[in-house]
Amino acid sequence: MTTEPSATPPAAFEAIGLTRSYDLEGVSVDALRGVDLRIEQGEFVAIVGPSGSGKSTLMHLLGCLDRPTSGVLRVGGVDVSTLDDTHLAELRNQTIGFVFQSFHLLARTPALDNVALPLVYRGVGRSERRARAEAALTAVGLGHRLGHRPSQMSGGEQQRVAIARALVGDPQVVLADEPTGNLDTRNGEEVMNLLEHLNADSGVAVVLVTHEADVAGRAHRQIHVRDGLIELDSRSRTAPAATTEGDAG
Amino acid sequence: MRTAEALRMALEALRVNRLRSTLTMLGVIIGVLAVVILVAIGTGAKNAVEKEIAGLGSNIILVVPGQVGLGAAPTQSRLDLTDVAFVRRVVGDPSKVTVAVNSGEPVRVGRNEVFATLTGTDENMPNIFDRPLRRGRYMSATDVETRRRVTVLGAEVAAKLFGDVDPIGRQVTIAGVRFRVIGIYETVGSTFGVARDQEVHVPVTTAQRLIGLPRINGIAVGASGPDEIESLQSRVVAALDARYPDEKFSAVTQTQLLGTIGTVLSMLTGVLAAIAGISLLVGGVGVSNIMLVSVRERTKEIGLRKALGARQRDVLWQFLIEAVLLTTIGGLIGILLGVGGALLIQALSPVPAAITWWSIALAFGVSVGVGVFFGVAPARRAGRLDPVVALRSE
Repeated sequence: MTTEPSATPPAAFEAIGLTRSYDLEGVSVDALRGVDLRIEQGEFVAIVGPSGSGKSTLMHLLGCLDRPTSGVLRVGGVDVSTLDDTHLAELRNQTIGFVFQSFHLLARTPALDNVALPLVYRGVGRSERRARAEAALTAVGLGHRLGHRPSQMSGGEQQRVAIARALVGDPQVVLADEPTGNLDTRNGEEVMNLLEHLNADSGVAVVLVTHEADVAGRAHRQIHVRDGLIELDSRSRTAPAATTEGDAG
Repeated sequence: MRTAEALRMALEALRVNRLRSTLTMLGVIIGVLAVVILVAIGTGAKNAVEKEIAGLGSNIILVVPGQVGLGAAPTQSRLDLTDVAFVRRVVGDPSKVTVAVNSGEPVRVGRNEVFATLTGTDENMPNIFDRPLRRGRYMSATDVETRRRVTVLGAEVAAKLFGDVDPIGRQVTIAGVRFRVIGIYETVGSTFGVARDQEVHVPVTTAQRLIGLPRINGIAVGASGPDEIESLQSRVVAALDARYPDEKFSAVTQTQLLGTIGTVLSMLTGVLAAIAGISLLVGGVGVSNIMLVSVRERTKEIGLRKALGARQRDVLWQFLIEAVLLTTIGGLIGILLGVGGALLIQALSPVPAAITWWSIALAFGVSVGVGVFFGVAPARRAGRLDPVVALRSE
């Protein structure tokens, strides 16, 4: 690089004046009313807020599943407004891994194929897909469950399969929408440990949406959303001050 | 996403919903089956009739009084043997002209009696028609001139009356008059529903006396080659028209018969195929319906796939391929069953069935086309689903 000012890598997410309004039977409802936000690579962030606060909308926007009504959103430095649906899908595929509250696994498909699914849309060959999916499942402690279908697994195991699926494509960010919402305390704990290790060991940014305080407390930074605005953006004291240490030039 | 991948995915989806896939396919299977079988029967019927006509002999012109056409009523003949002599002079070669007088009569040997078609003809008949003898001899010119009571029996009549006994030289009673059997024809089958194996041939002169009328039913002329048929045909008709100015005569050739009957049977086959095609179309509507249901049911799956990076066209392809696969597999099964059914019909019933490649290709092509046509709308709907909405659906 010859240009010296941009020695720091682009933020995982950068939002400026982000709004999103829905048209509900002729009535315009503002879900987000101007959000400014910057999440760096490798951060561990919780987005918290009561239901209806707009946190899910924010999550969908960050996940490139939806487009803002106005404002700028850059994902990995790319302005999403410049992308058409196809390129947006490719961006999702390359940079974001999703974990959902209700797991969203293909019911009658073995764990291995569930995990390999994102690679299908990347055009990765079958044998490589299987190898990478197996590695991802092993990484979440399910190396012995490759051929099992979701119905043959516990909720905790299913969510770990979903995490493996989020990881298999080596994303920059994992977006987790209420990842512990459908799990008991013990399994929820396990899933959170997994996300924590993931963030610490491989430097993947983790953004999770939750309304549970103790889950949010595991994150290094909490963004409180209320009425479509960021109410509070706090870093926990135990957290590392900066998460860009590995990238400093 | 690669095509092979999409194909695998679609097969998987069909396998998972096995019962529904089978039921959906059933519509296409039945449609294709119907097309293949009905076209096979139609074509078989046409082939059989054509074979019958060709089996008469070659280059034959049939001269009959009145207008010949489909639906035309038969006309009372006023031709007699002097007209046959006249036509012989017109044609130039007397051995290439023969005559027919027909009447249904009982034929009896001892206690055995059958009802047969008595046909009065002459020694020239074998020169024109293809009517090989199994045993004995044809009637001679002398038989005709002297009104001998001799007969040549059709194969079936001979078998029924005499069984294993050799009939040559034995007596039969036709309409109460005794005849001597001089020959037996080979089995030739039937033409236009006329069972030719149930005929008994006698000299035309004898037949006229037996029936009590000097009339004849028709004259047959044999042309020396295919090129001569048309000119000979018009010459004979013109000559007869000139002889009887206030009457109409017709001369039909085998080619014309083939043409007319071929057209009718082709139309029939077409109609059958069209009816079967409608059921194929209904099957297609079924596919469309099921695919729409499937898209709705799998909305969440579609949302997930999109979240994981499936592009609009990936999802569209997935569902389109699923629809086409449904109809294609259905089409293949339908073809197999149709061919099997046609062969079965062929083997077990008197209906001739001829499997035609075009009907198989058409049925297959249409079933693939039906899949594409009826699959596009559901697939587009799937491709356009908003991932957020789709993920949230329950």
